[in-house]
Amino acid sequence: MAPLLEVSGLKAYYGATEALHGLSFALEKGGITTLLGANGAGKTTTLRAISGLVKRDGRITFDGEAIDRAATEDIARRGVAHVPEGRGTFTGLSVEENLKIASYGRRDKSGVKRDLDLVFSYFPRLKERLNQQAGTLSGGEQQMLAISRALMLSPRLMLLDEPSFGLAPLIVQEIFHIMRRINAEAGVSMLLVEQNAALALDLADTAYVLETGTVVMSGPAAQLKNDEGIRKSYLGY
Amino acid sequence: MEQLIQQIASGLASGAIYALVALALVMIFTATDHLNFAQGEMAMFSTYVCWQMIQWGVPFWPALAFTILFSFILGVMIERIILRPLHNASVLSIVVVFIGLLAIFHSLAGGIWSHTIKNFPSPFPNVTFAGSGYIGAHQIGMIAVSLIMLFALWGFFRFTPLGLAMRAAAQNPVSARLVGVNVDWMLALGWGLAAAVGAVAGAMVAPVVYLEPNMMASILLYGFAGALVGGISNPAGAVFGGFMVGVLENLVAYFGNLTEKTFGIYIVGNGEKLTVALIIVIAILTLKPAGLFGRTTVKRV
Ligand SMILES: Nc1ncnc2c1ncn2[C@@H]1O[C@H](COP(=O)(O)OP(=O)(O)OP(=O)(O)O)[C@@H](O)[C@H]1O
Ligand SMILES: [Mg+2]
Repeated sequence: MAPLLEVSGLKAYYGATEALHGLSFALEKGGITTLLGANGAGKTTTLRAISGLVKRDGRITFDGEAIDRAATEDIARRGVAHVPEGRGTFTGLSVEENLKIASYGRRDKSGVKRDLDLVFSYFPRLKERLNQQAGTLSGGEQQMLAISRALMLSPRLMLLDEPSFGLAPLIVQEIFHIMRRINAEAGVSMLLVEQNAALALDLADTAYVLETGTVVMSGPAAQLKNDEGIRKSYLGY
Repeated sequence: MEQLIQQIASGLASGAIYALVALALVMIFTATDHLNFAQGEMAMFSTYVCWQMIQWGVPFWPALAFTILFSFILGVMIERIILRPLHNASVLSIVVVFIGLLAIFHSLAGGIWSHTIKNFPSPFPNVTFAGSGYIGAHQIGMIAVSLIMLFALWGFFRFTPLGLAMRAAAQNPVSARLVGVNVDWMLALGWGLAAAVGAVAGAMVAPVVYLEPNMMASILLYGFAGALVGGISNPAGAVFGGFMVGVLENLVAYFGNLTEKTFGIYIVGNGEKLTVALIIVIAILTLKPAGLFGRTTVKRV
């Protein structure tokens, strides 16, 4: 089976500085792949490069089509939903508007309705807070909103940038549980960036470890998790 | 007393115009963090276009409708052609571009239509009615048209998907792009709408201040003042600020004249009302830097 997302020789730049030095990896349809690595390894930059938010070079194909020249908004509409670092909440809009905005470009009104119901079944809390200004939500609720907003794009692939960041363990558990359900029930593939390697390796089936903009290690998540040597030298736990 | 009511009424009428200009400024500011110094000259140019149509025999309202459309397209084009390439330019170079635009529209208008002052017709019949001792027909018309415009815009931004997309793009461009909104186009539409709003302001105020290339200069200042007082990031606040500045300037003149008549001491009069109004604005901003209704979105991390 052809991979859903294929990245080869990916370079990314901030001004003249090269932040990614030719990354290559692939993501299977229906799978959950995690990108691990220390601070500044280039995880966020990789997701931003896939979404076209930074200047990039190299080849990125999504479902067989090249997206390395496409604009960010087109990539989103093709079904790559990016849940950004820091959650990217529209703080001044209501929770309802935060969800609505993601269905702005969709023509299938019945599908939008179905996805909204799906979101509420995953995160009933959001339904109770529809008219609340999104900036006043708790951190956990904003993360739920960010994932829900991504779901409203009816995506085939979700790029998740540290969804556990700054949240209490119980909330993290709840969110990761829902992510697993979204993957299994809605068939959304995921590329998950995490600092918390143990957590990510539990959820993912495949893992890549980044170090200063290059892949230094990869393999089935279970294998990385169980190999103490790898854990000690690459993941620091 | 009668005079006081008159002054307040005419303050509301000019305030309506300031409110429109303030709103146009805020629409561009919230999306780009830039104050469009050329907003007034663009409105003035639009007003000339409207005048020209009327000269050619087009009735007032169709002429205004055409002018609104023309201004909208002009605004979109200015953003797409002139400002788009400057997306990552420094604030200073953008200010220079705005001042350049201002100069271009100013001399274009002078070149095409000459600098001589022209009469601009009022579309409102000059009738007498109950209360017409307090307020003229054109002033009521100005207020009504401005309010209709403000409500239409409010409805657009509040209730339509495109309005929501424009608000989202202004608030958080990156997140907006990540959910499929074409932020570049939203900016251009914002420019178009701002230009259209300015055109309405120009056509409404021209019968009062007469048509000439400098007609919008002080109005733009008042519009700035209104926007700043109300909160430059808050459209509703800016509209309120516009009305407030309009009433304020007339009250300054009224009380100045009153003290002169009563005590024989001249403090302020019509000549100084702009200055005094601006001093009050500065005083308010010193106390409340974000303006009376400056956006204070609650943020939690
Ligand atoms: N906006 C920027 N401008 C310049 N350099 C940047 C910018 N953002 C990131 N970088 C640099 O690019 C490299 C990769 O950063 P990136 O944010 O992708 O790391 P990360 O793996 O996501 O780290 P973290 O775990 O801290 O989020 C770092 O060296 C960083 O300093
Ligand atoms: Mg990061």
